[in-house]
This record gives sequence, structure tokens and C-alpha cells, in this order.
Amino acid sequence: MGAIQNKLSVPVSDEMALVQAAKKGDDSAFEELVRRYDRNVFRIAQHITQNREDAEDVVQEAFLKAYGNLAQFQEQSKFYTWLVRIAVNEALMKLRRRRPERTVSLDEDIKTEDDSLPREIADWSPNPEQLYNQSELREILSKTIQGLPPGFRTVFVLRDVEGLSTEETAAALELSVPAVKSRLLRARLQLRDRLSRYFQKRERESGHDGNGKNNPSGDGDL
Amino acid sequence: MKCSEFLQELTNYLDGVLDEPTKVELENHLSWCHNCYVVCDTTKKTIEIYRDSQLYELPEDLRNRLRNAIMTKCLQQRRRGPQNA
Repeated sequence: MGAIQNKLSVPVSDEMALVQAAKKGDDSAFEELVRRYDRNVFRIAQHITQNREDAEDVVQEAFLKAYGNLAQFQEQSKFYTWLVRIAVNEALMKLRRRRPERTVSLDEDIKTEDDSLPREIADWSPNPEQLYNQSELREILSKTIQGLPPGFRTVFVLRDVEGLSTEETAAALELSVPAVKSRLLRARLQLRDRLSRYFQKRERESGHDGNGKNNPSGDGDL
Repeated sequence: MKCSEFLQELTNYLDGVLDEPTKVELENHLSWCHNCYVVCDTTKKTIEIYRDSQLYELPEDLRNRLRNAIMTKCLQQRRRGPQNA
């Protein structure tokens, strides 16, 4: 079992040239930056806000803020990392507005380590792709990640979905590298546990025998 | 290596950033501890399934609409002159 492969490394070759042109007032260069990163910003925003309209707003507001503050952008960091930081802050603000009763910040949800200990130990056999069609699977994945605290799912989406490095994630979220690593571990383990319970439940219902070394405490509820 | 120690290193292992001696120790643990093997394998699959899921893809028509709105607002912002956003 080897290390996972990173899907994307953000193309940076001409990113700085685009940023410099945009700073000088070349709007087509800025539009190219929008084209390059709008899908990423939308995905990140929807992962954090869990609301499509909010995600659309975040895309617009993040790029507008970037445009308005381009002169202040220090070119020591990647434009994309800077943009992600703006987008994450906008998304968290949306979330706070929707859930005013709760304070939402990246520093919340620090509980004991126990919350991430694996409880469901079972192989995924047959594979989830064989159990569900694509839209069913997406719904399960969406519901499952919604159950994670915002601080955890933000780290997970930046690192594991968008492929940012630990250092880039730390810079984008203004967290320390150990904090990113700790949250990532717990996010991965919690997601794994929740998905395992879900898949095991389906497997039992459909009468598959899998590789059933199940922990009886897994009740299959998300 | 105990299971709890293995868990602490799991993220570093999956990210391929462990030093060689720790990696060997961890793989040795995986070779006999079935539970940790399953946790490691399904964690890896969890990451891959999210990465490949195309969850929250931006549809092309919405994408065009958003980009047009962004560029229009950018121009308006510029016409109003520099401001503290």
C-alpha cells in the first residue's frame, strides 16, 4: 500500500505573468485567472457553506475582492493560495450569517482525540462504485462531509480534494503546519468511519457478505 | 509500533512524507495488524473517492454567467476608482 497520488499541481508557469498584467489593468489577464480558478473556488465554497447559492456568491465576492486588492497582493506567495484565503474567509462569513447561533471559526471544534478513533473496521467490499450509481454516491459523499465540523472539512477539501500542499493549506487558512496535519488526520478518519458505517449498512441490507470483520458498534447511521 | 502510534503517522504515510525507518516500521505493523491495514486502506479509498467524485462541479452555463457578472462588476469597480475593498 503506497502513498496517494496528488491529482493536481496548480499550473503556475504563467500565473505571475497574468497577475502582473492584471495589475497593470489588463482585464483579459484577470479574466483568464477567473477561468483558471473559478471551478476550484466554487468547489471549496460549496464544501464550506454546503449551500449552492452561497457558493455562487462566494465565487463572485472572492474574485471581486481579489480584483480590488490586486495592488496589495505580495508576489511572494502564489496567487491561487491568496485567492483561496479570500474565498475561505468569504465562505466562513456566509456560514456565520446562516448559523448566527453558532460561532464558526477555523479554531473551533477542538475536542479530545477520541472523536477520530476508528470504530468501524471493515473492508469496503464490494467497492462503493459497485454498490451505488454516480449520483447516489455523490449524495452520500455530500451528506457525509456535511457532518464534519467546518474547520475539518475546510482542511480536507483544500488538501485532499484541491491538492494544496500542507504548507499552502496552512498559509491559506493562517494555521500552523501541525494544526493542519492534526485536523487533516482527524477529518480523514472521521470521514472514513462515517462512510464505512454507511457502506456496511447497505451491504448488510443487500445481503452481500463482504469481508465481514465488522465492529458490532457500527450502527450504520450517519 | 502500537496501533495508536500507527494512527498518528497515518496521514504522513499516505502523503508519502515519512522517513525510511519509520515507513519500514509502519509497513511491518501493517503486515500483521489486520485492523490497521483495513483502516489504512479505507482511509486511502476515502480520499480517492472524494477526489474523483466530481462533487460540486460548476456547470458550464452557470460558470459563464458568473464570469460575466464578475467581469462586469470589476469594470464598474474600476470606473468608481480605487477604494478599500
